[in-house]
Amino acid sequence: MSPSFLVLQLLNGLSLAALYFMVASGFSLIFGLMRVANLSHGALYLISGYIGLTVVRSTGSFLLGLGAAVIAAVLLNILIKEGFLRFVRSRELSQVLLTIGLAFITGDLCLAIWGGVPTLIPIPSPLQGAMNLGLIAYPRYRLLLILIGASVAVALWLLLERTRWGAVIRAGVDDPEMVSALGIDIERVFLGVFVLAAILAGVAGVLGGALLGLYPGGDSDILLISLVVVIVGGLGSLQGALVGSLLAGFLEAIGKSMLPELAYFILFAPMVIILAFRPQGLVGRR
Amino acid sequence: MRRMIVYGVVALLLVVGCAPPGGRPSGAAKGPIKIGILTPTTGTAAAGGQDMVRGWELWWKQHGNRVAGREVQWFHEDTASNPDVALNKARLLVEQRGIHLLAAPGLLANEGLAVAEYIKGTNVPMFMPVVSADDLTQRKRSPNILRVAGWTSSQVHHPFGEWACKQGYKTIVTLGNDYAFGHEVVGGFVNTYTDAGCKVLEQLWDPLTEQDFSSYIARIQALKPDAVFAIQVGASATRFLQAWAQFGLKDKIPLLAGETTVDQSNIRGLQDPSIVVGIISAGHYAEGRESPATQEFVKAYMEAYGDIPSYYAAAMYTAAQWLTQAIEAVQGNVEDQKAFLDAIRKVELKDSPFGPEKLDEYGNPILNVYIRRVERRPDGRVWNVVLETIPNVSQFWKWDPEEYLKRPVYSRDYQPGFNPPKK
Repeated sequence: MSPSFLVLQLLNGLSLAALYFMVASGFSLIFGLMRVANLSHGALYLISGYIGLTVVRSTGSFLLGLGAAVIAAVLLNILIKEGFLRFVRSRELSQVLLTIGLAFITGDLCLAIWGGVPTLIPIPSPLQGAMNLGLIAYPRYRLLLILIGASVAVALWLLLERTRWGAVIRAGVDDPEMVSALGIDIERVFLGVFVLAAILAGVAGVLGGALLGLYPGGDSDILLISLVVVIVGGLGSLQGALVGSLLAGFLEAIGKSMLPELAYFILFAPMVIILAFRPQGLVGRR
Repeated sequence: MRRMIVYGVVALLLVVGCAPPGGRPSGAAKGPIKIGILTPTTGTAAAGGQDMVRGWELWWKQHGNRVAGREVQWFHEDTASNPDVALNKARLLVEQRGIHLLAAPGLLANEGLAVAEYIKGTNVPMFMPVVSADDLTQRKRSPNILRVAGWTSSQVHHPFGEWACKQGYKTIVTLGNDYAFGHEVVGGFVNTYTDAGCKVLEQLWDPLTEQDFSSYIARIQALKPDAVFAIQVGASATRFLQAWAQFGLKDKIPLLAGETTVDQSNIRGLQDPSIVVGIISAGHYAEGRESPATQEFVKAYMEAYGDIPSYYAAAMYTAAQWLTQAIEAVQGNVEDQKAFLDAIRKVELKDSPFGPEKLDEYGNPILNVYIRRVERRPDGRVWNVVLETIPNVSQFWKWDPEEYLKRPVYSRDYQPGFNPPKK
């Protein structure tokens, strides 16, 4: 194995991990705080990607598409929470079924509006092509994705660890009743987390739509990866989502090139092993 | 068990009751000819599946939905790029719509294989303009299944392997979709490529739903081959071509493409079409071929739909032409399945969007294979033009058919000439 192959695979793993992290961290936060496995999270990713695609196509601006996708994702997630989930509060099975239903409806809606042909969101021209890194040439867009992923991770960490709001969320993950008893409006905290998760999903929808493309079934693909990430990393933990994303990204990149026929096995086997020996995940508490 | 028998009897009564009264020779009195077509209009092969419907529709629009005095009624069902769905929809068409013939059992080889198993048990004639699974006109051929206006996966790539070695590309890495079509295309290519004295370094297989080619590209770069042979279908072709350019390999490693990799349906939607200009491929169709039969079709299609037609569109259009000639030969009496199938076998197209075609005795066309290059047209679009024509290529290439059929069909485990390093 040559050094250039290793560097290339390192970057491939990192760029996938960056995308996975943005989707999985939101999914994980919602789960940790509300005990809701929000299975419509993948659909949120897909539909905001499609909305981004439409705006990019009609305006020609990638940034406008990104903005539109984020706004749409936030509105939709508020609708999901306030319009649907509030009616089945603390009934876990109903919540899961409800979010699955929403995911199916959203997926079919995307199929009806945008059709079944897989589409890539156009990348702005300065980001096309490869950048020469000396040892290897690597696509500019993927490098940017790694940077964005890293910045999001740092920003989320600062938000959760260094602000009062973050402290409330962390307290809410550990003991929501106690947080309410302290006079904090836990409903507003929940809403805040839904908005945060939606912003991340919206950004990921457009960035992922330009990397992996948008297609029917893209919602469940990303949801499956998110499940692996949060189960491996540990539910409700930001560090867990980070560790899980990195692991999933590297396993996928290396698995595909070394043992392509076992790529899925390589991705899911560690999940099974970790569940067996450390059910709380690598970084999870409890 | 008793319930099963009751259902069986009821079903039998229904079938007998619904069977058309036989023995009437005149076609006009029998009502419309019902034709079913299955194509994927969602999922990974959707772009090609959409083109199939259009090519088919164009012919019938041009001919007023009539042939030999009978109206043509056709039913389209979406296979969702999925063999299970394709099989269910085939049942729906045959058992509920009562079609006289199935003009397309899907697009992907695995769809066609699934539907063919079912159709063999019925008497419904089935034609495969697009499904190219080798065995359906080879070891698993059936009297009521013919490859009208179609091709076998390896047929086009046998000449290409030999050609590639003669060009001086001494070592190659292959990248193929990991299902029957990919295995057969790559198998055909490496068979003649290694027979000509060149060497396959490694074979890579990607799942049909692959989203991210970065890992495969890393592997290819590490192997340093003289060239890469890549066969991809549908959305995975577009993603592959884009990744190939984004990683900057376009000017580093020559890319030899299988027919579908640079099919018009995959290159027309590229954000920057210049990334495919210059790519060499083999195909039984070349939309830029300088011949009236091809160019009149391209012109009519562009007027109707605004796009340059892909091979998928050409295949369904030519199949409709083929069926029309056969239906006329039997005066519209498609109910006589034997006579109709004989008429299909006798059709000979002097020229078509593909070039001259006629069926061999195994039910697969003998056709032209073109070595093609992607070029930019004056209007800024890209298309495949012909560099070289290899005429009268049979599905058995230069081998004796009976000898050829004694070998297994190409698969991941049967890639003649490639000996994988022991693990």
